[in-house]
Amino acid sequence: MSVRDLDELRRLALDMRIEIVKMMGPNKAHHFGGSLSATDLVTALYMSKMRYDPARPDWPERDRFIMSKGHCVPAQYAALAFLGVFPKEELTTLKLMGTRLQGHPAAHLLPGIEGCTGSLGQGLSFANGMALAGRMQGLDFDVYCLLGDGEIQEGQVWEAVRTSSVQCLDRVTAIVDANGLKAMDRSYCGKEMAALAPKFEAFGWHVREIDGHDMGAIVEALDWATESRDAPSAIIAETIKGKGISFIEDRAEYHNAALSSEQIALALEELEAQRFEMEEA
Amino acid sequence: MRTRRETRHVYGEALLRAGESNPQIAVLDADLYKSTRSDLFRERFGERFIDMGISEMDMVSTAAGLAASGMIPYANSFAMFITAHCYDQIRIQICYPNLHVILAGSSAGLTQGPDGASHQALEDIALMRALPNMRVLVPADGVETEAMTLAAAQEIDGPVYLRLGRYPVPDLFDSSYRFALGRASWLGQGSDVTLIACGHTVSAARDAAELLANRDISAGVVNMSSIKPLDEDAVRAAMQATPLIVTVEEHSILGGLGGAVAEVMAETGGNARLLRLGTRDRFGESATADELLEKHGLTPRGITDSVVQALGR
Repeated sequence: MSVRDLDELRRLALDMRIEIVKMMGPNKAHHFGGSLSATDLVTALYMSKMRYDPARPDWPERDRFIMSKGHCVPAQYAALAFLGVFPKEELTTLKLMGTRLQGHPAAHLLPGIEGCTGSLGQGLSFANGMALAGRMQGLDFDVYCLLGDGEIQEGQVWEAVRTSSVQCLDRVTAIVDANGLKAMDRSYCGKEMAALAPKFEAFGWHVREIDGHDMGAIVEALDWATESRDAPSAIIAETIKGKGISFIEDRAEYHNAALSSEQIALALEELEAQRFEMEEA
Repeated sequence: MRTRRETRHVYGEALLRAGESNPQIAVLDADLYKSTRSDLFRERFGERFIDMGISEMDMVSTAAGLAASGMIPYANSFAMFITAHCYDQIRIQICYPNLHVILAGSSAGLTQGPDGASHQALEDIALMRALPNMRVLVPADGVETEAMTLAAAQEIDGPVYLRLGRYPVPDLFDSSYRFALGRASWLGQGSDVTLIACGHTVSAARDAAELLANRDISAGVVNMSSIKPLDEDAVRAAMQATPLIVTVEEHSILGGLGGAVAEVMAETGGNARLLRLGTRDRFGESATADELLEKHGLTPRGITDSVVQALGR
């Protein structure tokens, strides 16, 4: 990928962050932290990597994306709206009565959402099921599943990690958004974090660790993952919770919190300044 | 004596036939395929069979993913594990988006037998019935099991819980039987009492009706095999026909067939009384199936005694 294309993706990621903050708005609790830590990963997938036709979100041969950490679905909503799967104006209906943009993904309500998540730990199993269906139907789509590093404390994740490997689901890529924070506290002590890649390796996965905010590294790792054969691939992406807004970065209290009108204005100011800097460069 | 068949065996054979006619059908099992009888499908259609290992939650979520990508999955395990162990997955990933997944719960109820309380599903109907979009089917014999197994893929588009057992039951129906979701079938009309049963207790209820006839008690028998949607008209018809209704199930009297019938009766109003037979808010235990049915009053004799007592004869 050319430097220019990468710059375009970086710009898009900032536009996504701005849109996420705007859709959440002031004075209501939202999952700012995890949505923003995952934004670069989601941008790279939808805006560059995935084989996806926004006019046909149910196209059988499309690549699939499962937001296993369902509370971070605003990042996916922003991507789908940017692509035109549904009108951008609808983003501000997030979590309002009657909306298709539920607090956690509702596949039956909104085109582009592949599966229902929200109870943590279930998305990778679902992704495996989609990949198995593809194999049975002779379709060669890829399935990407984004998990939180806190989420993978759920036991079912490791049942699914085993299944992906035993079934040789090399069309499955798991991306761990390792922002290091859960709802209350640190996800892991240092020892546990260091053991994350070896855990996937021990189950027979291909594993790569990257900086989850380095767009070049993300794009490269996604290509590596889909080119890797005979086993599923895991990308451990080290990220910062709340990335892009200085005063909420790396703070667990902004996992699901309300920002005041002043804080929202400040957040948008910061993001727009980053956007402006990028244009200047 | 008529041939008796275990509904789980008939299910396995029907599943194989379903697979022959429909390439969309996929089957998952969690290390119990010889018991659930999904082994018949496995031998024939290995490429559409997934042995998940001992991971029921993963199996149920994987089935949801298969359904979301155009397959019709049948997920198999013991009734206890595929319902209670996977409730959250069934609720959010299958029922919420109304995905066409068939959950086959095998070896349900007390008649699971010697393995004891951990393996005896006595709350599964209640659990599944509470979930929006879920259909709950409990076949009474081999004929109905076959029909329901095929209909679950062909005639229903959404989640199905199919409750199967290992207690051999005689065939109650013949080849003229036609399955219709939400429709009960009458095995006889009565004027004193209507026995509403599901699963193998339908056969016991029918035998009880004969014993009651010997005592000049006229008993009707309803096979309420579609517990959700429930045939509410059949319940109301029974309320018109007899002053007493007795539900019979190999399940807790809380929230299952008895609970469902009680809800309809309470909202309908009227003078008909209800007696619920089943397990009374307690766990099962290790014993033979017949010993347990005897203990919980679910044999033809036990049902008869309960009816006689309720009628004060």
